[in-house]
Amino acid sequence: MDWGSLHSFLGGVNKHSTSIGKIWLTVLFIFRIMILVVAAEIVWGDEQYDFVCNTLQPGCKNVCYDHFFPISHIRLWALQLIFVSTPALLVAMHVAYRRHEKKRQFSKGDQKCEFKDMEEIRKQRFRIEGSLWWTYTSSIFFRLIFEAVFMYAFYFMYDGFRMPRLMKCNAWPCPNTVDCFVSRPTEKTVFTIFMIAVSSICILLNVAELCYLLTKFFLRRSKKAGNSKQQPNHENKEETKQNEMNELISDSCQNTVIGFSS
Amino acid sequence: MNWAGLYTVLSGVNRHSTAIGRIWLSVIFIFRIMVLVVAAESVWGDEKSAFTCNTQQPGCNSVCYDHFFPISHIRLWALQLILVTTPALLVAMHVAYQQHQEKKLLVLTGHADPKHMEEVKKHKMRIAGSLWWTYVCSVVFRLLFEAVFMYIFYMLYPGYQMMRLVKCEAYPCPNTVDCFISRPTEKTIFTVFMLVTSSVCIILNMAELVYLVVRACARRGQHHSNPSSGKSSFYGHKHSSEYNQNEINQLLTEQDGSLKDMLRRNSGLQEKGDRCSAC
Repeated sequence: MDWGSLHSFLGGVNKHSTSIGKIWLTVLFIFRIMILVVAAEIVWGDEQYDFVCNTLQPGCKNVCYDHFFPISHIRLWALQLIFVSTPALLVAMHVAYRRHEKKRQFSKGDQKCEFKDMEEIRKQRFRIEGSLWWTYTSSIFFRLIFEAVFMYAFYFMYDGFRMPRLMKCNAWPCPNTVDCFVSRPTEKTVFTIFMIAVSSICILLNVAELCYLLTKFFLRRSKKAGNSKQQPNHENKEETKQNEMNELISDSCQNTVIGFSS
Repeated sequence: MNWAGLYTVLSGVNRHSTAIGRIWLSVIFIFRIMVLVVAAESVWGDEKSAFTCNTQQPGCNSVCYDHFFPISHIRLWALQLILVTTPALLVAMHVAYQQHQEKKLLVLTGHADPKHMEEVKKHKMRIAGSLWWTYVCSVVFRLLFEAVFMYIFYMLYPGYQMMRLVKCEAYPCPNTVDCFISRPTEKTIFTVFMLVTSSVCIILNMAELVYLVVRACARRGQHHSNPSSGKSSFYGHKHSSEYNQNEINQLLTEQDGSLKDMLRRNSGLQEKGDRCSAC
């Protein structure tokens, strides 16, 4: 199980996301996971090996490293990315449950079932409304919470986002205050700032998606309230078609970006 | 997610690029990403461990390395390549959006059979209308990112040449200390190579920009000299019974060339004028 498998897990969820959700997923995979794998892991690769303290006292270097780096940036980012990407699985589970219900209806020969065969049920894309809307909105909300919590954890643990060159350590068994030098501090600061910036962009995308869903919900509600005052069905059908065509212009991108290449 | 994953994502975009765009993508993947992964990463692999300073002072080595190499060449190139290749995703998103519009239109006009739907997925979008603007923006962003990173390289490592010896006097080094860089000549060769390929990519992007602009002007000139082949008359005749006029006008401004092509293909009409966007 690695980042590639996570990519294949989440690629399927993409189909039922809004366009902002798809952009968010692309940003997550290309600007965060890929940067982590391709660059950041190498920068932090020698972090303990090259953490040097000005002392010959055995154990002092280990203790000081542990004191200043309770958990490495790389591991924190990995945890953050996993936590942030998994609420999407709530949506996947809900969609799978709905599909299962449709399949059951279909196999019972229910008249209300609008699908012609199992294949169509499998391929069908569900609209984000009803209970799926609540699940989707909750998943975005959880994403936001996880992002914020991890950003705070970073800030709290590393006192700001800058990596200093020199740290003074006097934990036992170090004899006195000892100078310890961090490996590649500037490069680490650059990547920390980069990851924080992309994390902020992801938070903004999530907030935008939340606003978009709320707006769509209220618009739909007001449309329904307006429609219920009108009358007969034959007029409504024509209007529904008209509305759909108007939505054709204003509706969001439905196709995946990641899946587009296949 | 690694370079292979990025390749999968971007190879789909290739279909809707111009010929120069495809050459650019090949240069990026073969002469830059592949060289980075296969060669450059091993050259820079021991950059820190083999950076040696003429001192026993603990910490002096780390500090001097950090002073002379604030960010490694390899990481800068990795960032550059990622940022330079991602504007193509704007085009991919726009194409996906247009395909979705076409599919919905087919459903509403009752042409929603699998054959037509497949054709929507397979047919190549013309780079015209709003897609042209998206494409041009993506090329401009590419150029911008390339230029910015070349400038950053020049600022951080003036002259692009890797020195054999650097003199360092940052704390805790006691005095001015000689520090020796590992494989300086090999690093200089690869730096120059990556610089040259970056310049080639800049030239390709500029050529693509010029080509797109010239083609757009040529198309406009053709359109002005031949107004009778306007789309409105075709649509008015064929579809006025099926749509409200408002919807036709709205859809026309959105779909421009691509839908016109597809419906024309379906109705068996021929039209003169260029169609190939890869020419």
